Amino acid sequence: MSKRSIAQILVGIDGNTVLSGARKIKTKLITEINKQGLSDQVSVIETGSIGPINKGVVIGIYPTGEMYGNVTEKDIAEFVQEKFVKGRPYKKLLLEEKMQPEIDLKTYDSRKTQYFGRIVLDNCGKINPEDIEEYIGMGGYQALGTVLKEKTPEEVIQIMKNSGLRGRGGAGFPTGLKWSFAAQEKESPKYVICNADEGEPGTFKDRLIMEGDPHRVLEGMAICGYAIGANTGYIYIRGEYQLSIQRLEKAINDAEKLGLLGKNIFGTDFDFKVKIKMGAGSYVCGEETSLLNSMEGFRGEPRLKPPFPAKSGFLSKPTNVNNVETLANIAPIILNGAEWFKKFGTVDSPGTKVYTILGHVNRSGLIEVPMGITLREVIYDYAGGISSGEFKMAQIGGTAGDILSAELLDVALDYKSLQEVGHNLGSGAILIMNDSVSVVDFLKCCMKFFMHESCGRCSVCRIGTKQMYESFNRLEKKEAYFDELKNIEELAKGLNLASFCPLGQSVASPVLSAIKYFEAELSEGINPNKIHEPVTREESGIVFSYS
Amino acid sequence: MANITINNMKVEVPEGTTILDAAKTIGIKIPTLCYLKNVQEPGSCRMCLVEVEGAKTLQPSCVTQVSEGMKIHTNTKKIRDTRKIILELLLSDHPWECNTCDRNQDCELQKLADEYGIKEVRFQSVKERLPLDESTPGIVRDPNKCILCRRCVTVCQEVQGVGTLAPRARGFNTIIAPGQGNLLSEAVCVQCGQCAAVCPVGAITEKDDIDKVWEALDDPNKYVVVQTAPAIRAALGECFDLEPGTLVKGKMTAALKMLGFNAVFDTNFTADLTILEEGTELLTRLKKVLVDKDKKVALPMFTSCSPGWINYMENFYPELIPNISTCKSPQQMFGAVAKTYYANKIGKKKEEIVVVSIMPCTAKKFECNREEMNASGVKDVDYVLTTRELGKFIKQAGIDFVNLPDEEMDAPMGISTGAADIFANTGGVMEAALRTAYEIVTGREIPFNGLHVSSVQGLDGVKEASLKIDGTKEEWAFLEGVTVNVAVAHGLGNAKKVIEKVLSGEKQYHFIEIMACPGGCIGGGGQPRMTTDEVRQARIKAIYKEDEGRKYRKSHENPAVKALYEEFLVKPLGEKSHHLLHTKYSSKKD
Repeated sequence: MSKRSIAQILVGIDGNTVLSGARKIKTKLITEINKQGLSDQVSVIETGSIGPINKGVVIGIYPTGEMYGNVTEKDIAEFVQEKFVKGRPYKKLLLEEKMQPEIDLKTYDSRKTQYFGRIVLDNCGKINPEDIEEYIGMGGYQALGTVLKEKTPEEVIQIMKNSGLRGRGGAGFPTGLKWSFAAQEKESPKYVICNADEGEPGTFKDRLIMEGDPHRVLEGMAICGYAIGANTGYIYIRGEYQLSIQRLEKAINDAEKLGLLGKNIFGTDFDFKVKIKMGAGSYVCGEETSLLNSMEGFRGEPRLKPPFPAKSGFLSKPTNVNNVETLANIAPIILNGAEWFKKFGTVDSPGTKVYTILGHVNRSGLIEVPMGITLREVIYDYAGGISSGEFKMAQIGGTAGDILSAELLDVALDYKSLQEVGHNLGSGAILIMNDSVSVVDFLKCCMKFFMHESCGRCSVCRIGTKQMYESFNRLEKKEAYFDELKNIEELAKGLNLASFCPLGQSVASPVLSAIKYFEAELSEGINPNKIHEPVTREESGIVFSYS
Repeated sequence: MANITINNMKVEVPEGTTILDAAKTIGIKIPTLCYLKNVQEPGSCRMCLVEVEGAKTLQPSCVTQVSEGMKIHTNTKKIRDTRKIILELLLSDHPWECNTCDRNQDCELQKLADEYGIKEVRFQSVKERLPLDESTPGIVRDPNKCILCRRCVTVCQEVQGVGTLAPRARGFNTIIAPGQGNLLSEAVCVQCGQCAAVCPVGAITEKDDIDKVWEALDDPNKYVVVQTAPAIRAALGECFDLEPGTLVKGKMTAALKMLGFNAVFDTNFTADLTILEEGTELLTRLKKVLVDKDKKVALPMFTSCSPGWINYMENFYPELIPNISTCKSPQQMFGAVAKTYYANKIGKKKEEIVVVSIMPCTAKKFECNREEMNASGVKDVDYVLTTRELGKFIKQAGIDFVNLPDEEMDAPMGISTGAADIFANTGGVMEAALRTAYEIVTGREIPFNGLHVSSVQGLDGVKEASLKIDGTKEEWAFLEGVTVNVAVAHGLGNAKKVIEKVLSGEKQYHFIEIMACPGGCIGGGGQPRMTTDEVRQARIKAIYKEDEGRKYRKSHENPAVKALYEEFLVKPLGEKSHHLLHTKYSSKKD
């Protein structure tokens, strides 16, 4: 922290809280602190998300770690009076949970001690994201300096390979290996693209990372650029992420002013410019080749692979596309080493994972936990348990994710463990549902989403998603055909095998997992007497013989 | 070379071969719908999926290249089930009107449904009906039948560089439509019909004018003449399952006579006439530039026979209007001459004559409806049928085409030369023009083997030739020692390349031949489907064979054309010619 005050008030200003008046609350806090003559003892700091996301404007007190939620402007006078004049917690708005405590990451080992180490979100909710000095004060841009002055690109890639970091966008592809593909290419220029098109419903971890610690992402991109030989980076970001865009733009400007981005970074001959491109809200543009099409001004549709982006990506040049969270992991890995990183998480999936927890839990919000903790731990240790009723199911990884039933509460959340039970980790959304939720209703929503977002390029996904939606519509009305589930299952498998891109392929995830765990409930929508009136070839006009 | 196995059979094919092509070498046909060789390999219909051992999902065989040791399965249960699902999905999104569809028994979807034994479709149809687009004279779009294979989009955007058709909206609501509006007439469409030529189903077709022709034939007060474009004789046979490149001029003539046309004529007749008019125009332009130093005369001169090209030019490059030959296309010259000269000859009024054209082209339907195409005082050409429509027309009349005897076309407008035949293919108009122009200027035959300008033949997109003129006749002495540079482009995408080079000054030519369709008219938008490069080659070969078998091979030798000038027109570019055979263009650019 850059300021020497006795206490600091952290005001979490992110895309959600802005709408609840967080900026006004910050101003009011400063006014009140000044009015009480406390301005040299208490400072008010704007920061990114502090964690809880369904508690309105949240403010945190440092160093005590108290958090206050649902703060409104008219509470401020009383709050300052109670907390800082009288010196006692302001009970009315005090939250049960505390801010995540500071721990020494250098000596931390997730398998030896119980939780709490944050890698990606280390600075989030602590520093002012709009003040580059604060980022630098936390060790920011050190990793980039080290890399540029002391390491060859090959060494950087080797560190990434050794760390075992896997892409956090959903597919979990090893990051170091991905970098090595683009690095091998002789063609230039090359590009680094930060995929910030976070479109998976219920996932907004990337937004909170960018809002809370934008420089971390930029530093990761620059390191990647150095490693693969690229001098230009693009952040492809959802147009709706206005605060992220503002903060990233400021961060880029500030870093360029200090020579940390732009020309001759750290006085070396390495140049790296970062530009921002806004997406127009299409889900499929989170898929890397669709993203490239969108960036080039074409229809947001996937491209054939091969060629892979590493060979022919943006403007047909070698391109490395990484997710925001992946890039936010880079600087700490460089600073602390691959071995340190591997102390977090599991052997196969080292590191932490940032999740947004939503649904019927007491504390929904943003958490960062080591890879490999169980779903039960997430719900009961981090999310404060189920808010009402019984746990029924969870969908992990957004709408394209699998549905897990209670029997999987103890499965470890990491790439390998989930694969072993036939599921995927996905993008980082965990949606918890209690027994009030109907599987059919829920899947109908998912299918509506896919139908809406299918790009229309391949026949299977274009028509298949529509047919899926119609099937669940019939199930909901209890008018489904006698063989509806069989057809749904066949169609899901067809979508999975034959779709052009992961969008269509992943429709099968929620559908097949729901059939696996909730077949009986799904069957309730079937009307056993409802049969198809088949249209035969004669009726369809299809002619039998060909000359 | 890569050693692979397909269905456990060992195959050795060159590296880089697609699985689809590799399978073909051992007699395995993998079904495709969106794939069209040399046009697009988008891998998006998913019909061609195969299993590759080790791959997580099924792989599209039209784009997946083989690699050493690859083990491929093309016909497992998994694949069959998947293909069935895809077909059933497509059929659930398709109107079941096969019996009344233009493509009945000529439909790729219908054929696959038959081959895969689709007996019922497990998915309910959820299709909403969209209106037909019949807004243009040449093309009809039925978005309901569209399977979104996007062949039309690729030819419109990439091959033709027009960019009218594009996918709009997304997901299940995606439709292929003109990018600017919902109707073709509101968009920039050159009517070339290449979209209709590649459509695997009945979503894009020519506008059907068969009934109008029946009506004319049934009307005892009408004298109905028919003209057949040079490209028809090398393609019509395909409508009757003859090999591409089978010459059927004699059978076609016999069939047209059986259909009841009062006279069966040839567009070749006016192709020869075009050469005389256009050749004279070129020489006149050269004279004005080289001798009179007339700055108002534009070179290079572009040909004007292809109505798709004219539409393209008026929409995209109106600045070229002074460069375009003022000659009407042979079709329109035919109409104008038939309703004046010929009508007079047989003692009929122009109103009594109906001119029907058989064209390889959809843009010809547009052309004959242009306002200015009534030089005779009435509409010069009344109806245009495509090659495909003629095929159906003959079938409707119950004519056993394949077994017809050969017959000769009628005089005088059925008389033509080999130079007119080659109007059918790319490079042909250029060759025909050079055959005549060179001889006019020098008094000698063009000094090439078999009279062929071989450097402008073939399917390269842009071709060039240079011809040094010496030994000129006295009146053409200004051309002595001049090297005439010519270029030939086919397909509008290639035309654009040449035009850009001309406009930038990178290239200087005297004369440029443009045909809107790839391969020229033999690859026209109204030809039997599917016109692949092999088919184009076969048709071109047949056309040259026809040319070489002719008594007359140079347009100026055509005795009927000579008579036309003596009896009626007087001379090329004369007053009558100017009125009947030449036209004006106007900018259609916004």
